[in-house]
Amino acid sequence: MADGQDLPRWMELALLPALNLALAMAVSGVLLWAVGQDPAQVLALWVKGAFGSRTGIGYTLYYATTFVFTGLAVSVAFHGGLFNIGGEGQAMMGGLGAGLAALAWSAQLPAALMLPLMVLAAMLFGATWAAVPGALQAWRGSHVVITTIMFNFIASALLAYLLVNVLKAPGNMTVESRAFADSALLPGVHVVLQALGVDWPPTPLNLSVVLALGAAVGVWLYLWKSQPGYALRVVGFSPSAALYAGIAPPWQVLRSMVLAGALAGLVGVNEIAGVHGRLLLDFVAGAGFAGIAVALIGRNHPLGIWLAALLFGALYQGGAEIAFEVSGFSRDMVFTLQGLIVLFAGALAQVFAPALGRLHRRLALRGPVEPARG
Amino acid sequence: MDEIQIGALVASTLRVATPLILCALAGILSERAGVIDLGLEGKMLMTAFTAAAVAATSGSLALALLSALAVGVAMSMLHGWGCVRHAGDQVVMGMALTMTAAGLTVVLALAAFHLGGQTPALPDALRLKPLWSVDPATLPRGLRGVSLALLGHNVMVYASFAAVGAVWWVLYRTRFGLRLRATGENPAMVDAAGVSVRRMRFAALGLNGALASLAGCYLVLALNASFSPNMTAGRGYMALAAMIFGKWHPLGALAACLLFGFLDAASIQLQGVSLPGLGAVPVQAVQALPYVMTVVLLAGFVGRSRAPAALGRPYLKER
Repeated sequence: MADGQDLPRWMELALLPALNLALAMAVSGVLLWAVGQDPAQVLALWVKGAFGSRTGIGYTLYYATTFVFTGLAVSVAFHGGLFNIGGEGQAMMGGLGAGLAALAWSAQLPAALMLPLMVLAAMLFGATWAAVPGALQAWRGSHVVITTIMFNFIASALLAYLLVNVLKAPGNMTVESRAFADSALLPGVHVVLQALGVDWPPTPLNLSVVLALGAAVGVWLYLWKSQPGYALRVVGFSPSAALYAGIAPPWQVLRSMVLAGALAGLVGVNEIAGVHGRLLLDFVAGAGFAGIAVALIGRNHPLGIWLAALLFGALYQGGAEIAFEVSGFSRDMVFTLQGLIVLFAGALAQVFAPALGRLHRRLALRGPVEPARG
Repeated sequence: MDEIQIGALVASTLRVATPLILCALAGILSERAGVIDLGLEGKMLMTAFTAAAVAATSGSLALALLSALAVGVAMSMLHGWGCVRHAGDQVVMGMALTMTAAGLTVVLALAAFHLGGQTPALPDALRLKPLWSVDPATLPRGLRGVSLALLGHNVMVYASFAAVGAVWWVLYRTRFGLRLRATGENPAMVDAAGVSVRRMRFAALGLNGALASLAGCYLVLALNASFSPNMTAGRGYMALAAMIFGKWHPLGALAACLLFGFLDAASIQLQGVSLPGLGAVPVQAVQALPYVMTVVLLAGFVGRSRAPAALGRPYLKER
């Protein structure tokens, strides 16, 4: 993932992601036109679907919540020098943790105890699932990219086994657990707003969004304002420099994977405790991979990730709305755009950042000479 | 289990192992040259769609194979343009190819055929047929199982085995192969010897795209009769696991693909069967086994699988 070649900060942080995004959008627009759709109509419907109503905004924020968690999971690992493709499996395990806690205790415990317990269980399960590839990378040198991919498949097999053979409610045809008791349901935002006297239509948006805000602030404080976070970033930047400075890289590698797994695990809270109220199979649905695109376009910064997650949330929600209204449009257009964003913002970053740098230098040389300061 | 059942199990093992073998060989070629390929899944999916769509619209098998080949090689060239020419991140590129292919194939299939993301089922004339049709009942006892296991496959099954030999020969018996392997181990040395690292990696990627497209074609022309969304179902990643399990060697990868193919074929037959000493084996455990075994091997607890030394590192020529 390239850094802008001595670009000014505003270019690197705002212009470059915007350009990458615009390119991906432009290619998608051409694709839409090629398959016989009107890109302008789709764009208008998309904005309307994602932001045009309170229901739309609710759904957008609900999707964004999940993407904040997976985006942070990719970026925390990235700051530790690792590429975590395991968000998908870690999120599944997070849901499993939250679900098992709820199935075990939701009948006895009040919500005030049950919900924090589910959050902790989700983080613990996600963290444990990421810790194994992390430890293998740290001490055995097994490539974390490959092991996290393998762990995605293992997680999905494990979840399927548990649901089909152990947790499935008897007599139920669909593969899902029994419903949790009410204490294990995270209140929807519309419920909270109603209690405060604000009328808001019911959407899947739940209090996990507050958790996502907290997670982003927490990650920012940890990585940039704390000593252990500094150590983690040093290892990501240069393991040999870290070793020289007395920081042991293996422990930082493990720590960044554990944190990443805990963050991805929180997807389970949003989906299982916040929306479904039961454990089921496909609740992650590619969000782990979407997190890669979110982290790339958000430049691995919590604020950028929130903005990118909002964009992706809007894309998912808007895409679902368009699929209702335009025949022949499917959510797969959104997945295509997501892949193109990873292509332009990530894989081809080395193509566009230097080009932008050259352009900037040329313009800067031609421009008026700034008076020397100070 | 009698002769016929064993023969049928071997036959279905070979059938499901074929795309894995072709894909794993594609992975070996690019990774031995130092380019990680996480895009195998996407390349296979995209070429499968191309082959199915072109075959369905043009009615020509040759045209279908050629266009799939072109698409596969083009994706590999994009891979090379981003990662070899411009030193981009190889892992991200692979993810980008796979993610884009997953969406794009469905968008195009919907637009072209309006079948919910599928392509129309191909008529038998356009599918790869068994080379020989032997009725086991006409053979003497003792040959029936063998004939069922080894005869009656389509040309691609045998071709994939031939491809293993060909890739082995190219890698270990030709000057090109020696240079290719050196490019993955020590590109600076290859450069010093006056061979272009960039050209070697592009050549490896070209072959990689061609082999991946064969795997894609096999899915729609032999294993199934049409394209359906996400029909690769993780085969690209399983091929990657087989490549690692086979220690980046064509024969090792072949063995791993056969083992994984056998597990896949057996998991269907083992469903609900109680094994002595183990009890009923859950089908998910058998499905997860290839991935668990690969992680264990990568961890170096049983044997050791070592990646090419320069894998994943873009080569920047000194100026």
